[in-house]
Amino acid sequence: MLQISLFKRVMIFLTVAVGLILAAPNAFYTKVERHNDAVALLEGGTSQTAELAADVAGWPDFLPSSLVNLGLDLRGGAHLLAEVQVEDVYTDRMDAYWVEIRDALRTERATIGTIRRQNAPDGELRIKLSSPDGLTQAMQIVRNLATPVVSLSGAGSTDIEVSGSGDTMTIRLSAAERLATDDRTMQQSLEIIRRRIDEVGTREPTIQRQGERRILIQVPGVGSAEDVKTLIGTTARLTFHPVVGSTGNENELPGPRNILLPALDQAGVYYILEQTPVVTGDDLVDAQPAFDQNGFPSVNFRFNPSGARKFGVYSGENVGSPFAIVLDDEVISAPTIREAITGGSGQISGQFTVEESTSLAVLLRAGALPAEMTFLEERTIGPELGQDSIDAGKIACIVAFIAVLAFMILSYGLFGFFANIALIINVGLIFGLLSLIGATLTLPGIAGIVLTIGMAVDANVLIFERIKEELKTAKGPARAIELGYEKALSAILDANITTFITAVILFAMGSGPVRGFAITLGLGILTSVFTAIFVTRVIIVMWFERKRPKQIEV
Amino acid sequence: MRLRLVPAQTNWDFFSRSKYTLGLSAFLVVLAFVSFILQGLNYGIDFRGGTTIRTESAQAVDPAVYRDALTPLNLGDISITEVFDPTFGPDQNVAMIRIEAQEGDESVAVETVKSVQAALQTVDPEMKFPSVESVGPKVSGELIQTAAIAVILAIAAVLVYIWLRFEWQFAVGAVAALVHDVILTLGVFSEIQIKFDLAIIAALLTIVGYSLNDTVVVFDRVRENLRKYKKKDLSEVLNISINETLSRTVMTSVTTLLALISLYVLGGDVIRGFVFAMIWGVIVGTYSSVFVASAILLYLGVKRDWSKPDANAGNQYANIDP
Repeated sequence: MLQISLFKRVMIFLTVAVGLILAAPNAFYTKVERHNDAVALLEGGTSQTAELAADVAGWPDFLPSSLVNLGLDLRGGAHLLAEVQVEDVYTDRMDAYWVEIRDALRTERATIGTIRRQNAPDGELRIKLSSPDGLTQAMQIVRNLATPVVSLSGAGSTDIEVSGSGDTMTIRLSAAERLATDDRTMQQSLEIIRRRIDEVGTREPTIQRQGERRILIQVPGVGSAEDVKTLIGTTARLTFHPVVGSTGNENELPGPRNILLPALDQAGVYYILEQTPVVTGDDLVDAQPAFDQNGFPSVNFRFNPSGARKFGVYSGENVGSPFAIVLDDEVISAPTIREAITGGSGQISGQFTVEESTSLAVLLRAGALPAEMTFLEERTIGPELGQDSIDAGKIACIVAFIAVLAFMILSYGLFGFFANIALIINVGLIFGLLSLIGATLTLPGIAGIVLTIGMAVDANVLIFERIKEELKTAKGPARAIELGYEKALSAILDANITTFITAVILFAMGSGPVRGFAITLGLGILTSVFTAIFVTRVIIVMWFERKRPKQIEV
Repeated sequence: MRLRLVPAQTNWDFFSRSKYTLGLSAFLVVLAFVSFILQGLNYGIDFRGGTTIRTESAQAVDPAVYRDALTPLNLGDISITEVFDPTFGPDQNVAMIRIEAQEGDESVAVETVKSVQAALQTVDPEMKFPSVESVGPKVSGELIQTAAIAVILAIAAVLVYIWLRFEWQFAVGAVAALVHDVILTLGVFSEIQIKFDLAIIAALLTIVGYSLNDTVVVFDRVRENLRKYKKKDLSEVLNISINETLSRTVMTSVTTLLALISLYVLGGDVIRGFVFAMIWGVIVGTYSSVFVASAILLYLGVKRDWSKPDANAGNQYANIDP
């Protein structure tokens, strides 16, 4: 008959208790948030202050302290979707290969003759030989330079493809190598964006790869997408080039293998530089904001040993001639080399403000982005709008809650009251689960909870209606209750599984706020089924055991 | 005395006018389709790219003045809508400004947003911009594709699930009801020209889930009654089943609507379109589970011989018996 073993009862109550305790921190959101921040700061090595101690004491340690993350639409912040121009890297790779190939072919000058790099589309290297007869041999030499591709899918192939016709040899990256390179570019970009954002130190940024070549960046709490973009959108590629000359004509032809770049702080001044840099920012190990001898903000940097050696050799050979410090295709400054710079450290001074020198140091320290990024999606939500949404959502939740509670009691009396207890537990459990998995609550997510409040009673309604029907035929209330639960079960499960399927699809296909909705809807289904078939049942059984009513009215 | 929305014992014939109700549904579906073709949906920037800027000002919003300020910028089609909401304070005058994606822009143009903000601040220097959202045309195309795939996938998944749990006739009936609900919702959106964005797709899928929920409950009872009343006509069995579950159907719809309506009134303007879609969906979904899903089941007929070893026996959930 109507029996639930003690073990099961304990398990059910335990689950409910754990869920509610997990949900508890959300009821004291700001307090717990301050507690968490203070704990994190202290762990990070910040010294103890009275304020921090008060924040830590604001929430007891023995209680769980994970909170539901508030989505950008609730907290305010910036959302960016960036696409990485992975092709940029191909060009760099070809530049690097050119140096290697030049050295290798130079030793074979007798058969190949002199070689010259031709202009070619991006990601391709074209070399013209003065004696076309040597083409086959030259191609062989270049092929020997190729290295195997390091990736799972590309195993067995080499990184470059060499072809030739007449006196010209064409070298490009193989398909497998392109894939492997793209992947590395993405990993590197993600890592660098993460480092740059972490340097600024905002709370819980989301930095995720999306698809082949996109990166999703969500930073709660900052002023605008604009700020984030300036921080991460800068490639921060630092290079040092030999200077060929300077000009005031922006259309001047720089000559083969040279480039024409504008000066950063002098309008109308252009420098002609050798295209191949002497040293690049890849060889930097440190960069710090500082002041130069005139007291202007500047950035001090240090090279790694190999960078220091290259720079030392170059500066020793070129005393008296200028070299250019180039940041993202703009010449920051073009000082003249006074003596060989062998220490491996240097200073960049331009006309910076203190903020600019600080952010340049951050960018240089975090490393250059391997490729440029374009922004496909940009959203800024002001914190006030988020707060308004939270407030409105809260009121709507409370009103919805009261309306449903009242309606249930009016319709089902005592049983409605039982269902209401389950409903309250249900909402608690949703928050508990959301905190447990660290899910993000968005505005549609709140709508999901409200919808769940409405729909959660469905399972109970199904059961109660069934009990009502069974009361007409069954022998006594105990049997009716039992049959009600038994027979309603298949409908409850079928109905909820189908809704759950759509929640899963929504989660898989959706993004951002939609995903937040899918999570609360999905969790809401799980908890509402649990509360309907276990929690209300235990409550009803316990009530029944105590009262032993001869007759019940549902 | 208990609140009763449906009499304790009902014996209504839901199919005596099934020709008319099905006809009405078909007519509405065609109407929605025509509206969808002729008028099209009022896509938000999620789906067609562009920028929306939410403005907040202490002065009253005058769209004409805003438009005059923006005209010199030559940004093409600009829509300016004033937003009203009971939750706004007296000096909170909010408008949404939408600028279409600028030609030739793959990504988002920062300068455009800045120039628009500057132009608007000539109207009111104190104007604030609580949210600025831009979506590039490249992404918006993909978003609409993903959204369509999501809806189709959801319907397909449901078709398969019901087919496994019931019979194919049930699956066809349920899916017909779903498609009916989705199309009618799209029709309402195209007719009233409410902004159709990503969140509405979420609402659509929820409608799919809800409508199904209702249909499945009825079907579950039909399956049970088919075993119980072996001699009765299918239409009679369907009627009995719908009558038996009617009280539950109405109860659940009412509680859900209660929750949704409070969200519609109090939840703020940001999600109002989303909630509207769901309210509409609940109403249409409740209607369709009876008048579309069951009616189609009646026309298709079902296997009556459930006494043979049940093909679905293996699929039945074990009774959970604490």
